[in-house]
Amino acid sequence: MYVAVKGGEAAIDAAHGWLAAERRGDPALPELTLDQIAQQMTLAVDRVMAEGSCYDRGLAALALKQARGDAIEAAFLLRAYRTTLARFGAAEPLDTGGMRIARRISATYKDLPGGQVLGPTFDYTHRLLDFALAAEGAPPATVPEREADTAVVPRVAELLAREGLMQREPQGEAEPTDLTRDPLTFPADRSARLQNLARGDEGFLLGLGYSTQRGYGNAHPFVGEIRQGRVTVEFTPPELGFPIAIGEIDVTECQMVNQFKGSLTEPPQFTRGYGLVFGHGERKAMAMALVDRALRAEELGEEVTAPAQDAEFVLYHSDNVEATGFVEHLKLPHYVDFQSELENIRAMRADAMGALKQAAE
Amino acid sequence: MGVLAHAGADAIEDRLAGHALPGYRRLRGPETGLVMLRGRAGGDGAAFNLGEMTITRCTLRTEDGLVGHAYVAGRDARQAELAALLDALLQDPARHDALHEAVIAPLAAAQAARAAEHARRAAATRVDFLAMATMR
Repeated sequence: MYVAVKGGEAAIDAAHGWLAAERRGDPALPELTLDQIAQQMTLAVDRVMAEGSCYDRGLAALALKQARGDAIEAAFLLRAYRTTLARFGAAEPLDTGGMRIARRISATYKDLPGGQVLGPTFDYTHRLLDFALAAEGAPPATVPEREADTAVVPRVAELLAREGLMQREPQGEAEPTDLTRDPLTFPADRSARLQNLARGDEGFLLGLGYSTQRGYGNAHPFVGEIRQGRVTVEFTPPELGFPIAIGEIDVTECQMVNQFKGSLTEPPQFTRGYGLVFGHGERKAMAMALVDRALRAEELGEEVTAPAQDAEFVLYHSDNVEATGFVEHLKLPHYVDFQSELENIRAMRADAMGALKQAAE
Repeated sequence: MGVLAHAGADAIEDRLAGHALPGYRRLRGPETGLVMLRGRAGGDGAAFNLGEMTITRCTLRTEDGLVGHAYVAGRDARQAELAALLDALLQDPARHDALHEAVIAPLAAAQAARAAEHARRAAATRVDFLAMATMR
């Protein structure tokens, strides 16, 4: 039960005043600019855009600054802001096949057309703190370059599909489910699941993905391909009637290759788990691909036994804005609820104590 | 339009400096809204909603009666307005070639150079596998 409570206004104002000062930190130090956050905390910005489900580096940087670096609070701010904007329409589906590659690796083929392109990766670093970074003013790093091959890099999944070894994705031009307009319902179709996962919490999906590898869901995945880079966004304005390029964005895509033992209608073949996220979010894209595949268990006729295969469990709990709202609401006043609980427990104790006393006599 | 969508307002304005531009009237915007971006399941299957992106649009009519539209990613109202103006002016055969040469071509060249640098940096991180001698 909720009752209106008054009071605390002055305390709230004072708390927010202190919050602003804490956000700023030592005023003797220069204040962070949004450009600095957008340029130097790029992966934090990427995460906020992905989980805030809104691609805008400047807004995500502002949200991070306002949230003192708290990624979930920042995603919440971005989600709240997006509700103030009108939607002009939906873009054409991104052509990740035509991506301008920054990184492209495959764990299934060593030599493949387009090659293994590492890009700006943390992989192969020694994870030793680099104290050189603690000193400021280092000259800008020179980036090695090499003559580029301009051929379009083919997809690994397509190479397998051409041999009939990879299940083709069902085609269809049906309007996809939009969770920002319609509530989640079950059974959730693939478009609803993928939208939910794309904006889901990285930590939650990482844990679930990990669980599928450890035996909760019987997954034997291979990274068919991870690609990161720029894709052009095309949009068809109603007044023009043809698609125009409106900008380009960075995305990360992961194709997990999983075995499928076949069914009555389909021979044994590989199936895909798919991950696609805003920015450079490789861990999130991989986790998303693992969970996407786990959630396909039912449609592929596999036994549903593990948490990651349970669509209701996964999709109802993946959204960190929803989750934080419900978990954190517990700190709001529950004075009246608790009064009734108190009365309840006192009455139960009185009964129990009476019974104990009787038994002792 | 793609070139202008990828160019900052300052860069467009610099290129327009010195050109006599006609007056115009805004018909709509510039206004910022959202566009829903989509991916495809498995990269090539049915579409799904990936998440939104900010977008700014503008429509205007020049004194000569040409209507220009622009939709650009982000929230830069000046960029959208300049792009709409150029969209209108480029429809004028008398202005098209000069504006294309002064504004669109150099911006496109700068963007192509940036893309080429990106590609060369990626190419430098491409692994060249060496055959290892076996230890047996």
